[in-house]
Amino acid sequence: MTWLFLPILIAAAVAAFLGGRALARRRSSGLRAHSRPGQHGALALIWTAAPALAVLLAAAVFAPGLEQQLMASGAPEAVQELEPFRRQAFYADAGAVGAGRPAAQIWPAPYAELLPAEGRRAARIDLMLSLGGWVAALLAAALGALYVFSRIRPDLRARNRVEGWIVGALFACSAVAVLTTIGIVASLVFDSTRFFASVPITEFLFGTQWSPQTAIRADQVGSTGAFGALPLFAGTFLIMLIAMTVAAPVGLFSAIYLSEYAGPAFRATVKPVLEILAGVPTVVYGFFAALTVGPAMRGFFNGVGALLAGGPLDPVGQYLMLVQNQMALVAGGVMGIMLIPFVSSLSDDIINAVPQSLRDGSYAMGATKSETVSRVLLPAALPGVAGAMLLAMSRAIGETMIVTMAAGLAARLTLNPLDTVTTVTVQIVTLLTGDQEFDSPKTLAAFGLGLTLFVVTLLLNIIAQRIVITYRQQYD
Amino acid sequence: MTEATQTDGARVNRLRAGLKRRYAREQRFRAYGLLAIAVAVGFLLLLLGRIVEQGHTAFYSHAMTAPVYMDPPRIDRAYPQGTNFEQLVAEQQLRRLGIVDDAQGTKASAMRGLFSSELKFIAAERIARQPGLVGQTVTLSAPLSDDADLYLKGEISKDTPAEQRRLSDEQIAWIDRMDAGGQIAARFNTGLFTRGDSTEPELAGVLGAVIGSALMLLVTALIAIPLGVGAAVYLEEFAPRNRLTDLIEVNINNLAAVPSIIYGLLGLALFINWMHLPRASPLVGGLVLALMALPTIIIATRSSLKAVPPSIREAALAMGASKTQTVFQHTLPLAMPGVMTGAIISMAHALGETAPLLLIGMVSFVPGLPHSLVEPTGALPSLVYIWENASERAFHERTAAAILVLLAFMIVMNAAAIVLRRRFERRW
Amino acid sequence: MKFKLFRAPEGRNGGPADPTDAPRMGGQVLPAADAAAERQRDAAATPLAPAPKPAVGAGGPVGATKICARDVSVFYGDKQALYDVSLDIPDKTVTALIGPSGCGKSTFLRTMNRMNDTIPHARVTGRIEMDGEDINAKSVDPVLLRARVGMVFQKPNPFPKSIYENVAYGPRIHGLATSKGELDDIVQASLKRAGLWEEVADRLHSPGTGLSGGQQQRLVIARAIAVEPEVILMDEPCSALDPIATAKIEELIDELRERYCIVIVTHSMAQAARVSQRTAFFHLGRLVETGDTEDIFTNPRERRTLDYITGRFG
Repeated sequence: MTWLFLPILIAAAVAAFLGGRALARRRSSGLRAHSRPGQHGALALIWTAAPALAVLLAAAVFAPGLEQQLMASGAPEAVQELEPFRRQAFYADAGAVGAGRPAAQIWPAPYAELLPAEGRRAARIDLMLSLGGWVAALLAAALGALYVFSRIRPDLRARNRVEGWIVGALFACSAVAVLTTIGIVASLVFDSTRFFASVPITEFLFGTQWSPQTAIRADQVGSTGAFGALPLFAGTFLIMLIAMTVAAPVGLFSAIYLSEYAGPAFRATVKPVLEILAGVPTVVYGFFAALTVGPAMRGFFNGVGALLAGGPLDPVGQYLMLVQNQMALVAGGVMGIMLIPFVSSLSDDIINAVPQSLRDGSYAMGATKSETVSRVLLPAALPGVAGAMLLAMSRAIGETMIVTMAAGLAARLTLNPLDTVTTVTVQIVTLLTGDQEFDSPKTLAAFGLGLTLFVVTLLLNIIAQRIVITYRQQYD
Repeated sequence: MTEATQTDGARVNRLRAGLKRRYAREQRFRAYGLLAIAVAVGFLLLLLGRIVEQGHTAFYSHAMTAPVYMDPPRIDRAYPQGTNFEQLVAEQQLRRLGIVDDAQGTKASAMRGLFSSELKFIAAERIARQPGLVGQTVTLSAPLSDDADLYLKGEISKDTPAEQRRLSDEQIAWIDRMDAGGQIAARFNTGLFTRGDSTEPELAGVLGAVIGSALMLLVTALIAIPLGVGAAVYLEEFAPRNRLTDLIEVNINNLAAVPSIIYGLLGLALFINWMHLPRASPLVGGLVLALMALPTIIIATRSSLKAVPPSIREAALAMGASKTQTVFQHTLPLAMPGVMTGAIISMAHALGETAPLLLIGMVSFVPGLPHSLVEPTGALPSLVYIWENASERAFHERTAAAILVLLAFMIVMNAAAIVLRRRFERRW
Repeated sequence: MKFKLFRAPEGRNGGPADPTDAPRMGGQVLPAADAAAERQRDAAATPLAPAPKPAVGAGGPVGATKICARDVSVFYGDKQALYDVSLDIPDKTVTALIGPSGCGKSTFLRTMNRMNDTIPHARVTGRIEMDGEDINAKSVDPVLLRARVGMVFQKPNPFPKSIYENVAYGPRIHGLATSKGELDDIVQASLKRAGLWEEVADRLHSPGTGLSGGQQQRLVIARAIAVEPEVILMDEPCSALDPIATAKIEELIDELRERYCIVIVTHSMAQAARVSQRTAFFHLGRLVETGDTEDIFTNPRERRTLDYITGRFG
């Protein structure tokens, strides 16, 4: 229903354009105007549409908060007595009921009885807010149009003003990038602080027990479950380590081969293959890990275990026979394969940035290719390669699908690659995809994990980019 | 002079002595490089090979064709869907095979387990369209159940102990007999491409997810491409060199490296919890993917704007064009092929992105086809995740098939980008 | 061409101004544009004339022929960069290769240690002998050859390692030092010979890239002589340096002449006159004229040489 306003706004903007153009023509007929009529029209359009859009944007951002406040101020006592988490869940359900959708959970008395009335109230508030927003938007459009029409004169520098608006709009586009960062930080910090209000941050960072699933009753806050994330960090680290063990040498050596040894034809064949490898979605790697690599590795280790069992290495054999599909080695290994093209293309760029004069110097001394690579190029490229490795590590830490599909859920403090471990990203997905309500410590814990992940990867990226930029400047 | 020659000779011998070892090392080094490439290429082949191997069977399925006597007393003319057609067909099939059922009807129910529940809807539709068929014998063709289909594809083996497989010896014998009788035929699995998701593997298709992904990419493209190009134009052509600009640049580089799951958390907190946009909808998915694709598009656009030689800008400015006119009439159109290439590639990347979609709710089963931007839908990559997690074995081959569909879309998009680049890219 | 093609030289090596005698005059005269002369040369070219005994005089060449190039051509893909160059290079002498940019002098220099091997699609024809041995023969290992023929480049290119490691690089890769002490000795001797020891003795382990341009170039020379090469090729070694650093390097080149055969490519006529005893003038990929430096500069036989050294082109 409120969508009816959009065509009205568009029509108003078009009318402003046409009107502005006609007005400029009439007022400047016979005179030498600064700008062309179309540019006056464009200015009129902008002054009509921009204020309205600003109002709508503000409404979209602030209406939810206002709606909550209005709901809270007129809520029945029973609702106001609810725990904050539950209260928000109740409002969410009231909103859903008011909009004709089913409630997300079954509410006990007296809330079940309150729900329809509250739902109607929510719908009323909703309608009021959106109508208010649209009326304000149209009003803003009218005011803007009025202003601009009073200004149209032959000496109005309409072109410059329009261009000023365009540059402003372009600036706003690039500001979106900054706003995204602010949004990420704000949402992570906001929900994390709520989480750390119930779970102390030291317990979260250094605790060794992770079992968020033990919150039995929904109205329990904090003090249930254990939120010691150290095993998750250890698991993430272990899988990253395995991935880098695969990706670093393979990626680096293929980059060396491609940049120093391969002929153009070979490069032209292999590079696209690596690009395909880089373009394969991670969910596909996850599928590959879970259904091909996992069972194969398990079969292998179980087989070896069966051979060893009963012999002098019996304990090892017994252990190997119990190895599972979800061992860290599988997720880490497949993640390493995923990272090969990433490491390879970064290293390739970096090795190519080493000036030819160093290669010439080394060859002129009678060095072989491998000596040139290992004694001159790699030491020269070391900072760049280190930066590339840090970027790859950051990718490994933040990678989600492979571990979600192929690593386990058991939080365990171990560095044994044959054990199953879980990672930060796996836990985020697990905490947020089950059937649960929002705003319990369990779901907020995901934001705490997300914040940790964001900070760590951001630090790695910043350090890596610094290193790489300084490295490049060295040879520019 | 002779003394010099002698020492030279001795030196050359000494040099030569180490040469064999040095060349051996050279060969080894080279071999490591080749080995590394072989590992990378080998894994790609293994990955694709395994997926084709696992997925190709999903592209055909087995159907049973049988004459069915539409027994009037058992058919509800007013509400054909209410009829237990499976039971009807099962009993007639048993009779045809000469098998006598026991009192509890266990044989009929075992036989029924061989048919897809689709059988009922096919039959009901026939009756609904031609009520006159009641009382006649009609030839019905309907898919087999996933387990029967898997047996015929060789995925379920007779050698497995009966208690460990989902088909009994008896059922397997029936399938063999029906197969020998020419009642069963394999045909192209059109349902895979024309249906939405379903809990029954033999009825599950990818179309719903394909449409969901398409809607999502539409939102992403409409938001990310204009915003990204605008931001890049500002940063490359208009931005003054100052700390704010530097901050924006550093910020964009860092955003490009933020793990995708963080964008999922952002989407969950901002779009769903704060703005109350509908969960699991293409709108929210598209918004999240747009924020994710933004830095990539900005970086690609900037590099193609950089590639336009300054002489073009100077020429336009010298003709009296304003800066804005120069950019929008000359620089940007010349950079457009590069911009579009970058945009398509980032869209292809967004298509395969999964983790953020899981967090905004695209993990739940959504049957049927989506028809709105604001209703819960699935997406191709999340469908892969959901099917991979499904317990039915028949979903395994369909997961691989869904991956093949996903990869096909990505290949098409990347190929389009390559064509665009080859066709229009200019070297200055 | 309006001028007389082969002017009778008035120097010590005077002889009949006949193109067929050209090889005996210490080099070949190959007018690029004149087809008639080309035909004449073809008729006279084979067989290889024996290398002439270089005259020994004040500042003149002192050694026997170290490198002997015959009909050397270089192709980069389809492009020919060097046309049938034949030149003898005497030992214990500085030979300067001069000529305008792109004339092939650096290309020729790079054939002498087979650095062209490192460029894809580069092809060298003709024959280059060092001490009578064909360096392009299959049996000659470029790695070994380069240990005997060192090279210094236009821009100083010390490796991003310490001063010590830069000099020790050659001995290390070639396995020339059996002990740490021996390696120390080689490094010290090389730095001394390159005239750098005094300046860096107390900071051998600081990075070589931290030195000044002139010091870097001397470091690179020290690096080259650490493997005791027989020939040192220098590709415009002073073009990136200031006059004072240039003077030092030139001094060093003059000292090194006593032990090594040095070939230097230079843009600077004055430098060629200062440091070299023999000079070869290249133009458009051909060797135009060669002779004792004094003769080339005071009394060139070729019009183009004269034009070049007097600054009419280049």
